[in-house]
Amino acid sequence: MRLFKDFVRGLWAENPTFRLLIGLCPTLAVTTSAINGMSMGLATAFVLLCSSALISLLKNVIPGKVRIPAYIIVIATFVTIVDLVMNAYMPDLHQVLGLFIPLIVVNCIVLGRAEAFASKNGVVSSAVDGLGMGLGFTWALTLLGSIREILGAGSIFGVALLPEGTTTLGIMALPPGAFITLGVLIAVMNMIAARQKKTS
Amino acid sequence: MSLFTILLSALLVNNFVLVRFLGICPFMGVSKQVDSAIGMGLATTFVMVVAAAATWLIQWFILEPFGLPFLQNMSFILVIASMVQLVEMFLHKTSPGLYRAMGIFLPLITTNCAILGLAIMAVQNSYTFIETVIFALGGGLGFTLALILLAGIREELQFADIPKPLRGAGIAFILAGLLSLAFGGFAGLV
Repeated sequence: MRLFKDFVRGLWAENPTFRLLIGLCPTLAVTTSAINGMSMGLATAFVLLCSSALISLLKNVIPGKVRIPAYIIVIATFVTIVDLVMNAYMPDLHQVLGLFIPLIVVNCIVLGRAEAFASKNGVVSSAVDGLGMGLGFTWALTLLGSIREILGAGSIFGVALLPEGTTTLGIMALPPGAFITLGVLIAVMNMIAARQKKTS
Repeated sequence: MSLFTILLSALLVNNFVLVRFLGICPFMGVSKQVDSAIGMGLATTFVMVVAAAATWLIQWFILEPFGLPFLQNMSFILVIASMVQLVEMFLHKTSPGLYRAMGIFLPLITTNCAILGLAIMAVQNSYTFIETVIFALGGGLGFTLALILLAGIREELQFADIPKPLRGAGIAFILAGLLSLAFGGFAGLV
């Protein structure tokens, strides 16, 4: 039961993108389409899961004073693995996500979970917490990417929804579209959360 | 590419925050007041230039000759973190006034992805040393410009009647979107 609670917390109540507003750079930059958003989310989820588990195992070995640099080294190791594997097996995707794969190192979600959760809890609950946060990040990115892809290109996951020649809002695929979509989504999430509070 | 083109491109056309989406967290976090926006912007610019110079030296004198480019992420982030620490200690000793003014912003700079992103981009574009420094200067000033613009608008908005769910982050993102749209006008400049 406690494990389940650790898992779902990242999905809604402490969703990194909509509730905590952290890890925003990749959120805005790579969500030009649903598939890009989902891939970025899954790459981050992998790093979160592995680094939370390893940091939880090492929590008694790492001296308190140098814990942040030590965490960063662990995170950077897993990011390098993702970077090299993606470059080898998914070169097209690696090209699109580009700079934002190495930048997972400075994603505040990963370091935040290491500091706030993995350094105080056991390995299983840390892994579950990392996975929950990672999947919470993934669904947020997929949603944002889907909205931008539908409005900007008239398709979703590359499948065309609108007939050929329909005018689409090209601006949604460009930087301004990212900011405006996220702003509106945050407002919608705030409304849902306020309504939940009222009913409970 | 001439140095001036690099500077202009990093400052306006490919603005780090509004076009490249780097450093969004401090952009949203420290843009409530113009004063703190200026402090944060200048501190970041300073660290950017120092860190870009240091990572350039590491890339071309250590990682490349010894065939270790896969250690790039790890070594760059450590260098940036220690640079921030160094700058903090240096300022603390030499100009306590400036140190107090920058205060809490300095340690926050480590997690600003604009700095690591800038270091990696400078390597990818194989800039020379001078070009890297100019690129960092342009990027940092562009970050400062975007931060001050947003802070100015948000100060004005404090007294506006905004729908409740949009207050705070929501309206700030929509404003950033409008600013980004305006910066799109620079697209043909370089």
